[in-house]
Amino acid sequence: MAVKIIRKADLIKLISRLMEHYRVYAPVRRQDGTDFQEVTDANQVDFSLANTNLSPKSLMLPQSELMFEFTLDKASDRAGVMQEIEKDCSGRVIFGIRPCDAKAFQLLDLNFDTPTYRDPWWAHRRQHTTLVGLGCNDPCSTCFCTSVGSGPFSPHGLDLLLTDMGDQFTVEVISGKGKQLLEQVVIEGEASETTVKAVAEHQQASEQTITSAVFTHALEKQSLTPLFDADFWDEVQFACINCGVCTFVCPTCWCFDIQDEIHKNAGVRLRNWDACMFPLFTLHGSGHNPRSQKLQRVRQRFMHKLKYFPDKHDNGVACVGCGRCIRQCPVNIDIREVFRLMNEFEV
Amino acid sequence: MENPYLPYTVRIDSVITETEDRNLKTYKLVFLNPEDETRFVHRAGQFAELSIAGKGEIPIGIASSPTETGYLLFTVNKVGLVTRALHQMVPGEVMGVRGPLGNWYPWEQMEGKNIVIIGGGFAFTTLRASIVYMLDPENRSRFGDITVIYGARAPGMLLYRDELSTWEARDDIRMHITVDATDDPQWQYNVGFVPTITQEKAPSAKDAYAIVCGPPIMIKFTLPILSELGFTPEHIIMSLEMRMKCGVGMCGRCNIGTEYVCNDGPVFTLQRLSQLPKEY
Repeated sequence: MAVKIIRKADLIKLISRLMEHYRVYAPVRRQDGTDFQEVTDANQVDFSLANTNLSPKSLMLPQSELMFEFTLDKASDRAGVMQEIEKDCSGRVIFGIRPCDAKAFQLLDLNFDTPTYRDPWWAHRRQHTTLVGLGCNDPCSTCFCTSVGSGPFSPHGLDLLLTDMGDQFTVEVISGKGKQLLEQVVIEGEASETTVKAVAEHQQASEQTITSAVFTHALEKQSLTPLFDADFWDEVQFACINCGVCTFVCPTCWCFDIQDEIHKNAGVRLRNWDACMFPLFTLHGSGHNPRSQKLQRVRQRFMHKLKYFPDKHDNGVACVGCGRCIRQCPVNIDIREVFRLMNEFEV
Repeated sequence: MENPYLPYTVRIDSVITETEDRNLKTYKLVFLNPEDETRFVHRAGQFAELSIAGKGEIPIGIASSPTETGYLLFTVNKVGLVTRALHQMVPGEVMGVRGPLGNWYPWEQMEGKNIVIIGGGFAFTTLRASIVYMLDPENRSRFGDITVIYGARAPGMLLYRDELSTWEARDDIRMHITVDATDDPQWQYNVGFVPTITQEKAPSAKDAYAIVCGPPIMIKFTLPILSELGFTPEHIIMSLEMRMKCGVGMCGRCNIGTEYVCNDGPVFTLQRLSQLPKEY
């Protein structure tokens, strides 16, 4: 399909038109930084950011989500019985998502949408959401997407890809869903062959500004248990304060807890984000805890992303190189260094 | 595909206090909706999430055999919030069951083999399911010799005592019941820890599989004895416990290396476990 072109000034109008058909989520500048939220006015959208503080994972896996509701009123014949909750199933657009974050959704599909079980809420949101990506003209110094299967203009997981070419944006159609969206909101402008070529060059040039890289070639062949028992974990975990911010901001951290809450006779079962950084995560009822030590928890997080996940799914590491954990870790733990230690490890 | 988090609704049909310390009770649950019963098809070794509205869920091994139809049995030790609430519940009350979950003992592989069952304490639940399954007239001929070594702290701490005596009286199953210690003059069975009794009774490893479930300390001392007896790691089957929430391999907490105990387990051969980190 031809590459579309839209003037920067018309982009706001495009978002407004999208809002007539979809619920639109986009990066919006707030007091504490730029993050994804539902757009109520197209002018709110912030295109100047490098990337959001938080990944957009909450749009697919809310930090807290109602699963079921129930009554404990003995007079009801449904007392104590979990009832499914109606959820908003209208179509959504995530506008301005970065390619790395879109790739993260694809990785999480491997966990939530399997041949045996399908997480209904995850699958539902994925199905009804169109991802309009915005490529990165100026990647951060902490970005290393190009060495983990993504890139500043990588199409993986996206439906449409926007490229900021100065006074205009080009729009590349990547999937059927993206095509459908353009049937709803028609973009008239067609990019000329010269423009298409210029875009490709522009994208390549941006990719080349990413100098930060990790290596994973030896990881695959590493034997699991020696890597698990490696001495370097002691060094990696030393400064960690187990705050869990890495898991909070990470687009590929999906762990959750399930809890019941009641008020008088009315109750809900809900799930909340949880994290392997916390000792309660694995505490048995008996008091036994297989990951009672900080070292075990830090090791779990990195081993899961860089060894368990790739071994299990044969689809690469569970890291998209967004660099959020590097930028936001209070004690400067750098996952790129852990990649290196794990990749170069020799028994 | 159905919502894997939605429990089936069941009614507590009966509650049996199993042990003298009253910490273990067996719940007989019947499905309120007959269609749910048809959908709940399990194999011995699997578990389910018991759900109590307002309290939460707990993963518990299914103690009833697939050959026992019309109900499910769960023996529950009182330890935390949900089990404590369950222990206050009485027949007639309504709760939820989600499952069956996880894998099962390798019944296809074990067909035609001698089966040695070694259990300790309250980890005897899915072992009961297995014994009842194998002793079913339809199934008994599909297995060779069946040997059971089962121990508890004291006679009053053994589960399913009536059934244990019934099995004792049969000639198609060899029972070695033991207690750690007792001053009961009526006690007519073994006294000694499970590893010691295993060594003493020395079940043959020839054409045999051993299924081992029990507290870590029992397992630690039993495995070397099985090994001495000639059981290879491929023929030693174990069932693991882990803190769980979703039970379907999604919430991320019960992994041992690459394996989620809820979905890839809870049953593993010793051979498979030897390839995984010792983090359990």
